[in-house]
Amino acid sequence: MRHSLALQIGPVAFRIGSAWRSPLDALARLYAGYPAPADGLCDFTVRLEPERPWRRFVRPSVAIRGDYVLPDAAPLALAHGLLAAEMGMNLQMALGQRRWLLLHAATVERDGRAIVMTGESGAGKSTLAALLGERGWRLMGDEFALLDMDAGTLLPFPRAISLKNGAIGVLEAEAGPGRFGPRLAGTPKGDIRHLRPNREAIARMGEGAKPALILFPRFGEAAAVRGVGQAEVFMRLTQASTNYVALGCRGFDALTGLVRSVPALAIDYPDTETAVGLIADFRRELAA
Amino acid sequence: MAGPRYIADPANALTSVALDGLTVLFHAPSGMTHIVASPAPEILDALRAGPADAAELLRRLRARFEFDGDEAIHARLGELEAAGLVRRA
Amino acid sequence: MTGARLLVRALRDPGSIGDCDWMGLVSAARAEQLIGSLAFRMEGRKAPPRVAAIFEAARRDAAHARTQALWEAEMCRRALAPLGVPVILMKGTAFHAAGLDASVGRSVGDLDILVPRASLPAVEAALLGAGWERLKQEGGYDDVYYRRWMHELPPLIHKDRDRMIDVHHTILPLTARPTPDAAALIADSVALDNGLRVLAPADMIVHAAAHLFADGDLAGGLRNLWDIDRLLREFDSADFRRTLEERARLHRLAGPVARALRLSHRLYGTPVENRDSPSFSLADRLFEARLLARNGWGQERRKPLRLAFYLRGHWLRMPPLMLARHLWIKATR
Repeated sequence: MRHSLALQIGPVAFRIGSAWRSPLDALARLYAGYPAPADGLCDFTVRLEPERPWRRFVRPSVAIRGDYVLPDAAPLALAHGLLAAEMGMNLQMALGQRRWLLLHAATVERDGRAIVMTGESGAGKSTLAALLGERGWRLMGDEFALLDMDAGTLLPFPRAISLKNGAIGVLEAEAGPGRFGPRLAGTPKGDIRHLRPNREAIARMGEGAKPALILFPRFGEAAAVRGVGQAEVFMRLTQASTNYVALGCRGFDALTGLVRSVPALAIDYPDTETAVGLIADFRRELAA
Repeated sequence: MAGPRYIADPANALTSVALDGLTVLFHAPSGMTHIVASPAPEILDALRAGPADAAELLRRLRARFEFDGDEAIHARLGELEAAGLVRRA
Repeated sequence: MTGARLLVRALRDPGSIGDCDWMGLVSAARAEQLIGSLAFRMEGRKAPPRVAAIFEAARRDAAHARTQALWEAEMCRRALAPLGVPVILMKGTAFHAAGLDASVGRSVGDLDILVPRASLPAVEAALLGAGWERLKQEGGYDDVYYRRWMHELPPLIHKDRDRMIDVHHTILPLTARPTPDAAALIADSVALDNGLRVLAPADMIVHAAAHLFADGDLAGGLRNLWDIDRLLREFDSADFRRTLEERARLHRLAGPVARALRLSHRLYGTPVENRDSPSFSLADRLFEARLLARNGWGQERRKPLRLAFYLRGHWLRMPPLMLARHLWIKATR
């Protein structure tokens, strides 16, 4: 491939090849300060390729390919090449990750305790995690939580946070301008802007944490907190996992272990500040 | 007239974890996970003694547990069969 | 050396690759559905820690894939047992069910079974009654094409387990030129302990060769040839070679089988029978080039070659006029 870039994110290394330079330039700027894979080797390969040979130049169209592919995936315009690279990495994890149990969740850590926030897309997990990352919490990841099936701990996977539409402004007010990627308008999900995790998150990307609380946040409702039964937690976590089914007995033991040892709460919140406040309360209770 | 007889896998084929009123099962031969409610775990347990038709199964369940519902036994067996947790002898 | 060439070398002689382009090897293996087989071949061999972890995960994954494949076969057995018809497992599932060398690390996609043609309606009905569902629209163009001309029912998918089953009544489409002897495939199949059956070993090789050349565009060819290599080595003897030749002739697939053995020998060093290596024709070279057309990024190169093979695959399945109509309808969808 004409151009390539290698990235280490938590315990996972990616090599990304591209027929065009611009997406990789944008990716390198967004991930400034991230280490290159220590041994020069990667776990997964992502490829950004023209859908058809002539689409490299004429109305350039980026097909997202790599070790693991979604056969019907629609290509993206070259202007959204950075998004294509991010989606490519997501795809490798979602389809090919087998070393750790993956949960579609955002994870933040403080005082050695990790809070895992999971739920449907649009529930505001990324925005919440990003904001907590600016308020003294260490961001471990906003897309995937990695559960070590032997140790029961969570490993960081601090990718750039994908902020959509209204959330962009919220974080622009809190995080320094140098940490943002370009504003991508007109994507299938609206406007997107990526935010690089802060220096602490990057520096500590090799450091796991014990899960202390599982949260099911729901945005747009009056503030409320309820307990969630273990059977329901188990079921929702299997639904939030892309690789649970492939992991057999190990996955079952790890997930039942997690559910039995970590409390879970469902929280409704009308706005992100309320949620941040609720989580600060939980922090005090966990520390008590 | 006796109906079909059912068989369950031996005890070591299943890992069972109780989670607030429900049972989560890992079925090793299929690699699948099932979330079941009573009387499914009791039915599986009762079938370990050997193959049984619905009538015999009810007898075993009444002897071991405080079991009162019987109309639903056929439906429960059908569900367990579709899930692959029991099969016909 | 990297990509498909490195992959072939690593499978053939894992001790010989030393410190190679590991990522090129892994990407090519993943693209060719051979990462499991490679991971078992490389077990115990020196590799960098990250690569060793990739192989370890791939071996675990292969074990789970095996469990799932055998379970699909078992659920199929339970659904079809009351019919009393022979049910013959094929391809990867058959290798696993029979515990063959070819099953080591072998990934499995759909469940493929072979049943007598006359039993097709009863088989389909039993599967539909046991939780499988039709995929394509009934009565649509593809469905008509499938039922009249293909060698299988339209695929069914299980509604809870989300796995597909392909029910075949022969190993090549009815419209293809070579016409295998389906009755002989069934008559000479081998019973397993649980009542399911597999093809006789020689027929397994004939099927793999048919699948490799006539039944597609050579996609997955390296894996097909690896299957053939593993099968041949497991059953090889003077008698077996004779039987293989007879069966290939019986099914009118002598040409494809001979070519498959030449290619397998060329790529994987599969033992040959004659003192001299069989001569490698120009056509063989084209096939070899097509099979090795994957680089260290996992991309397929030499596109014109690929398109030519795709057309050839379809041409072999359908008479030219039908092909034109089929491609026209597909293009105007």
